[in-house]
Amino acid sequence: MSAREDILGRIRSALRDAPVAPEIPREYRATSELDQDALVHLLSDRLVDYKARVSVVAAADVPARIAELLADVGSYVAPEGLDAAWVTESDARRRVDSAAAPLSVAELDGIGAVVTGSAAAVAETGTIILDGSPNQGRRAISLVPDHHICVVNAADIAGILPESLRRIDGTRPLTLISGPSATSDIELERVEGVHGPRILDVIIGR
Amino acid sequence: MSTFLGMPSLPVFGSGNLHAAESFPKAAHRELGNAQLRANLGHATHTIRDKRLQVVSELPDWEQLRDAGSAIKESVMARLPELLEQFEQNFTARGGVIHWARDASEANEIVAGLIRDTGETEVVKVKSMATQEIGLNEYLEEQGIAAFETDLAELIVQLDHDKPSHILVPAIHKNRTEIRDIFLREMPGADPELTDNPAVLAMAARAHLRRKFLTAKVAVSGANFALADSGTLAVVESEGNGRMCLTLPETLITVMGVEKLLPSWQDLEVFMQLLPRSSTGERMNPYTSLWTGVTEGDGPQNVHLVLLDNGRSAALADEMGRSALHCIRCSACMNVCPVYERTGGHAYGSTYPGPIGAILSPLLTGIESEENSSLPYASSLCGACYDACPVKINIPDILVHLRSVDVDSQRGKKKLPSQMDVGMSAASWALSSGKRLGLLERGLPLGRLAAGRDKKIKKLPGIAAGWTQSRDIPAPPAQSFRNWWAKERQGAEQHGGKTQDTTQNEETGA
Ligand code: SF4
Repeated sequence: MSAREDILGRIRSALRDAPVAPEIPREYRATSELDQDALVHLLSDRLVDYKARVSVVAAADVPARIAELLADVGSYVAPEGLDAAWVTESDARRRVDSAAAPLSVAELDGIGAVVTGSAAAVAETGTIILDGSPNQGRRAISLVPDHHICVVNAADIAGILPESLRRIDGTRPLTLISGPSATSDIELERVEGVHGPRILDVIIGR
Repeated sequence: MSTFLGMPSLPVFGSGNLHAAESFPKAAHRELGNAQLRANLGHATHTIRDKRLQVVSELPDWEQLRDAGSAIKESVMARLPELLEQFEQNFTARGGVIHWARDASEANEIVAGLIRDTGETEVVKVKSMATQEIGLNEYLEEQGIAAFETDLAELIVQLDHDKPSHILVPAIHKNRTEIRDIFLREMPGADPELTDNPAVLAMAARAHLRRKFLTAKVAVSGANFALADSGTLAVVESEGNGRMCLTLPETLITVMGVEKLLPSWQDLEVFMQLLPRSSTGERMNPYTSLWTGVTEGDGPQNVHLVLLDNGRSAALADEMGRSALHCIRCSACMNVCPVYERTGGHAYGSTYPGPIGAILSPLLTGIESEENSSLPYASSLCGACYDACPVKINIPDILVHLRSVDVDSQRGKKKLPSQMDVGMSAASWALSSGKRLGLLERGLPLGRLAAGRDKKIKKLPGIAAGWTQSRDIPAPPAQSFRNWWAKERQGAEQHGGKTQDTTQNEETGA
């Protein structure tokens, strides 16, 4: 008999008392009542708490802010689908990545920063969700470079986790980011930056 | 004889790193002698505990989330065969390959075979309890495959050829100086000037692992959740080593216990609120990765999942104990446990230490597994673990249940009655008659004699010896209560029945 049949058989006989699956009580919060100002404020606050750097700017000023942050970076990578208006300067430093023409891991390792958009954000937990859409690109590009510049649309910020997850397609390759890479493995002292990007810059455009 | 589905079969227990090499009392006794360990542990568990309380109190609906989490897991257990089949169908439809493993050795063979098929002899690993449980690293080493742990704490433990002592912070028992020394000794090319500053040590680990990540062709991981309705897997982590392993290599092999399923995407909203706050005391962990089979052009293109039984079906067969399988490995129970705090993780022997280990290990191996049968006694039954558990596993109740299973399994095994049996029947003989008890109590002054001048008994014989190993008992009183009562009543009758006054007078010496 195959292991599959064997295991399923064992599990079925373990359940010979035929336990009934209970109703799931879902009385926990599914929505929050914060307005956009409060959401932006709370998200910034949580991100700063994680040692991310945050700037809140008018949507029209996002490109200028990105340019500022990139000023002292060598080369940077942008996904092919990034809003063309965000990285305006015709720039020799820019490398473009796509699934069809991916940069190698070694190439990514030599690049200083990455600029991406985002799919959603959760204010209460300081979480940004990337879902691999064209303006976020392959997961590797937001992982290997040491500095991640991530643009969050104020309209995409939800108050609590259930609100955000309910807007997301769970079958896409997802990354939930809450602050830069961190460890607390040595005497529980938090150290920012181990293997993921050590600097996380979040630009909230509204 | 062939078995057919639905036919009741005997529980088949798990193997691997689940069996203690020695019993808890023995191991605990040794670990208790390690003052450094106790100091490190005390500091660590109290810090996480305080952080956890704070972030939990921020959520107005924490109890509702726990209720939902508990009910979801109960429903997973009730519907497990159906959910496993649904998951398999969805995961496979999206390009993933599923393998089933009855026990540790079968799982190890499958993983080694998959690695061999790639032609590689090195793999990077994300921290995983399941692979720890089956002893994968040791097996791969025997097969000539080097597995590199990439979580900082796991790396420390691996470099030191030690064992993890906590499921969340496996190197919790080591302080910064010890870690620096391990790095200097075991890390090729470590800077001899390395200080013991945690940030400096973390950067040394980054440098050490960076090239491995960027060149690895195969990764091995566990999974925190698996969603049946979409075939999605999730890994929750902090450092980014998980993301490195899950997205850069060509082949990804995940090993996961069958109990890790959740019915639907919606259930993730509950568990992603419960897990980070309960484990590290953060509002959210830095990184969570989710993948559903293969995504063309993004991440590993060969995606495997090994579904592991290894005693889980046996645990499920225990109606009172099966909720131990609800565990999401957050470690909150060990951080609040007074026994764990003093003995540390190594005393439990198994991959799973602390209160959950005390029930899960004997459920997975069977209570008759000699050394694990002492684990359910490794508790004060104070209930702190139950209060802390995000999925409301009633650990104290299961401990008591397993103790009785243990006692039942001992009964009739020995030809001669044990000291405990003798003691208990003697007690029942004595306590069933007032006269007998009175007679026996005349012996009390003897105990006083045994106690000596300081009025403390330091060592009892036989089965009671364990009790006096770490405490003294006060000497028995000079006279028994019955004796005292008889005298008092006599006196009261003579003085017109004011017993209470007499006592008071005696006490004040009037
Ligand atoms: S038993 Fe509960 S508290 Fe303990 S590790 Fe498991 S989920 Fe966490």
